[in-house]
Amino acid sequence: MTAPAALVQLTPPRRSIELQIDGEAVSAPEGTTIFDACRQRGNVLPTLCYLETLHPVNACRVCVVEVENSRVLVPSCSRKVEAGMVVHTDTPRVRHSRKMVLEFLASSVDLSTTPHVSEWLADYACHPERFGPPAPPAAAGVRDAAHAGHHAAPDPEYAATVHQPTKLDNELYVRDYRKCILCYKCVEACGTDYQNTFAIAVAGRGFDARISTEFSIPLPGSACVYCGNCIAVCPTGALMFSSEHDRRAAGTWDESRQAVVDTICPYCGVGCTLSLHVQDNEIVKVTSPFDVSITRGNLCIKGRFGWQYVQERPGAGSGRGQRNGVPRGAGDQGDGESGRVGKGGGNGRDATSPADSPLGKRAPG
Amino acid sequence: MDLRFSLAHATDAERSAVDACLGPPTSRWDGGERVGTEESRTASSGHAARARRDLLLPALQAAQRRVGWISEGALTYICERLDVPPAEAYGVATFYSLLSMTPRPRRVLHVCDDIVCQCRGATAMIAELERAAGPPLGHGPHADHVVLDPDAPQWIRSPCLGLCDQAPAALLQVAGETPTDKLFGATTAAELQAVLRGDDRIPERAHPTVPQAGAPTLRLLSRMGVVDPMSLDGYRSTGGYLGLRRAFEIGPTGVIREVLDAKLLGRGGAAFPTGKKWDAVARQPTRPHYLICNADESEPGTFKDRALMEGDPFALVEAMTIAAYATGCAHGYIYIRGEYPLAIERIEHAIGQARLRGLLGEHVMGQEFQFDLEVRRGGGAYICGEETALFNSIEGFRGEPRNKPPFPVDFGLFAKPTVVNNVETLVNVPWIARDGGAAFAAIGTAQSAGTKLFCLCGCIERPGVYEVPFGATLRDLITMAGGVRGGRPLRTVLVGGAAGLFVRPDELDIPLTFEGTRAAQATLGSGVIMAVDDTIDIRALLVRIAAFFRDESCGQCVPCRVGTVRQEEALHRITLRRMRGSVADELALLGEIGLGMKDASICGLGQTAYSAIESAINRLHLFEDAVAP
Ligand SMILES: Cc1cc2nc3c(=O)[nH]c(=O)nc-3n(C[C@H](O)[C@H](O)[C@H](O)COP(=O)(O)O)c2cc1C
Ligand code: SF4
Ligand code: SF4
Ligand code: FES
Ligand code: FES
Repeated sequence: MTAPAALVQLTPPRRSIELQIDGEAVSAPEGTTIFDACRQRGNVLPTLCYLETLHPVNACRVCVVEVENSRVLVPSCSRKVEAGMVVHTDTPRVRHSRKMVLEFLASSVDLSTTPHVSEWLADYACHPERFGPPAPPAAAGVRDAAHAGHHAAPDPEYAATVHQPTKLDNELYVRDYRKCILCYKCVEACGTDYQNTFAIAVAGRGFDARISTEFSIPLPGSACVYCGNCIAVCPTGALMFSSEHDRRAAGTWDESRQAVVDTICPYCGVGCTLSLHVQDNEIVKVTSPFDVSITRGNLCIKGRFGWQYVQERPGAGSGRGQRNGVPRGAGDQGDGESGRVGKGGGNGRDATSPADSPLGKRAPG
Repeated sequence: MDLRFSLAHATDAERSAVDACLGPPTSRWDGGERVGTEESRTASSGHAARARRDLLLPALQAAQRRVGWISEGALTYICERLDVPPAEAYGVATFYSLLSMTPRPRRVLHVCDDIVCQCRGATAMIAELERAAGPPLGHGPHADHVVLDPDAPQWIRSPCLGLCDQAPAALLQVAGETPTDKLFGATTAAELQAVLRGDDRIPERAHPTVPQAGAPTLRLLSRMGVVDPMSLDGYRSTGGYLGLRRAFEIGPTGVIREVLDAKLLGRGGAAFPTGKKWDAVARQPTRPHYLICNADESEPGTFKDRALMEGDPFALVEAMTIAAYATGCAHGYIYIRGEYPLAIERIEHAIGQARLRGLLGEHVMGQEFQFDLEVRRGGGAYICGEETALFNSIEGFRGEPRNKPPFPVDFGLFAKPTVVNNVETLVNVPWIARDGGAAFAAIGTAQSAGTKLFCLCGCIERPGVYEVPFGATLRDLITMAGGVRGGRPLRTVLVGGAAGLFVRPDELDIPLTFEGTRAAQATLGSGVIMAVDDTIDIRALLVRIAAFFRDESCGQCVPCRVGTVRQEEALHRITLRRMRGSVADELALLGEIGLGMKDASICGLGQTAYSAIESAINRLHLFEDAVAP
């Protein structure tokens, strides 16, 4: 019926677009982003919210460049090249905006586990401390409860931050939102871009915006299926394997002693590529390469977390009991423990008193 | 989609409020009762439910207006009905300031403490209210876990309510079976206490203030205060629907030609040529096309669109019908800010009347042209006035602006070609259709054709909406409005709203045209002219403007989300004289923050969040005395 596969052209040939970048004539295929066009010339612009496997949200603005005849700077990670475009990637205006973005983030967010950031802060001569000493962390739950459109008057002593206690509510990964730059990647990975689980979304507005489950309930009661695809895309370490988090806390996390070994997941017939991160002969986390077409970096709970059996022995594992890493509540639908029910999952409607609900203390409506 | 729902129940009241908005559930799959065994095995309602995602905000509003807040049970029920993931619905609900996810009493009074009300005594009034009625409903952190008595009324501070012609202003919201919203202009602490206590005899006071009412030269305001806004006959007997009649005679391209000839520029702030926008959408082969009237008017100091909708609602309905005819739209939305109860009521009434008389519906005026209108109520978010945020809001998503390109004429509401116009822009259209573009452009200046509405407010003798041909100067308008209140010395004028600029008293000869303000490095913005006399603390106004932008930033992009916080902090430190370094250091820091926001933010909110503050520093030299050693 059709021609042999080798002859099928799946995409139309892409036109070549002529433009100018930093004074040099450049040609790039139609549909290329400015970022990619720059990268092809060896000029890798800083990015935070950009990832090849996700739809660009262009929210962080660290990748901005100047395009002649454009009133404002444009995000290189999402703007497509256009014929005759004249792009400048390193003007004083560009450098100023990048510097401000980096200072804004560094003064309000804990970037200690964000790759490249210390180099960029130095490159752009950033002094995040000039906004004042970071405000002390908010008590647990306070940022989760902020009401849109209102805020307390600023404290002249401090620069406001998103610092808050780490959310430890399951055995597989931690959510440390003091490190969250609100890049939307986890929401995209959990939602429409990959997992279609929609356990988390952006809630609140402005500086009080945050990644949240509904009513900020703990993960075991949420729709989370522990695929860990959010951890894989998080650029700051805000979402982190418990195994990594605990080792970091104990001071035993050491990437220089780690090897990354690729293998195929043994669980099902899909055969996802697993990259085992091994330290001291123990698997400390599992990722999948973003450029493998089977996974594009995504896994399921088994491939991502179900590897303790490989090394089950006294004293090993994540340090949180040897439960083979299966979280309580994960995968259970409508279990009494989490007080939640899957759609159509039996007669869950009749169950539980308000006290069993994660929001049990709330006054009944 | 496999959704996971809470076991929390909606109360009967919440269910019935949501059902009144969405219709009754059809099966167990969308929140109804199990009706047969087949249903426990097949799911069929998912697509149908998800196709109604745009009803998410109306459903949330229905629950809020019924009981005063959105409980976990109510949110869950809405999510079941519309097949929306609860986390997403929560993200949407927490975006809007008029929705509360923590218990609130049924009766809540929103008291404006924004810039115009500050110029008219709000600060003292609120202090008195606070002494008598206790502190406002805790906002932010304090709101959590406080179990409030649903019958004990509370008050809360509010940004501009769009009733600045009658400042100081307040909005009462009472949840219940028949929820009521009432605006109170020219209010006092004593009156607010009575309202809080439950005195329902105090009438709503939100009639438009049009000091020129009845003057023969008026175009946009000609019916204000003269023709009954509830009467379609009154509207028709004063030239109403002649524009639509002529539109049908000259055809869609004829209408667009007249609008191009009229050189009509958008009055929503961006001054984009309306005819060009219409032409672009009319030519789009993709169908359907959508028409949206942007009536989210939330720029502090702005109330002209409210006045038009309250005072001449049929004009907007006719205008949208003409616009839809010209651009090939069968469905239009009017997105009205939630704080405008009277405008919503009058527009809904006008739409109902027009339907009854065949002026909306399947065969408008008996022609082969179908068009209908739907009112959407905002949820308390200034950013939803940004056109792409507005699309997201209608579609049931968070009101976050989209990146442009693509532009609305290509990819707008529901990813279809969309015309978005401001209320005032549209209300020019019946006139243009009836009398022609050339006649329209005969007044005004070469680049700014026609007339313009201005919102005179603040320390002015006769606040209100004024209409003048383009070309009048700032001085002309202030003079028309009776000059500075009590003849006091003028300190400054805020032109264009919180996203506009402060100008000096020696700059009053600026012509209020698009080109004139541009030449003076100012902006017409939304038409705000707020006079400030020597009794007003301008620094307090600046701090309020900074707080406004911090509150209203959608939070999507870093420069605006954090920049607006750093800007407010620096201003706060200067006003408290708790500087980091000298005042000059702080001003330099503000300049750097402002430039970053202006250059790198996604949308106009972040891009203009520094503009008024910058003008106070560089034009008024407000802090110069402080800089001197
Ligand atoms: C933060 C922000 C708020 C806005 N608010 C409004 C508004 O309340 N009403 C309005 O008509 N336009 C508003 N606009 C402008 C709209 O994006 C859009 O340009 C306008 O509705 C187009 O209509 P026009 O061409 O008739 O002016 C706003 C823009 C921004 C950036
Ligand atoms: S948690 Fe990580 S991935 Fe998610 S928004 Fe924050 S920084 Fe981005
Ligand atoms: S500039 Fe502000 S309001 Fe606009 S998209 Fe960015 S954060 Fe949102
Ligand atoms: S990387 Fe481009 S905006 Fe974030
Ligand atoms: S109503 Fe108070 S400032 Fe507009």
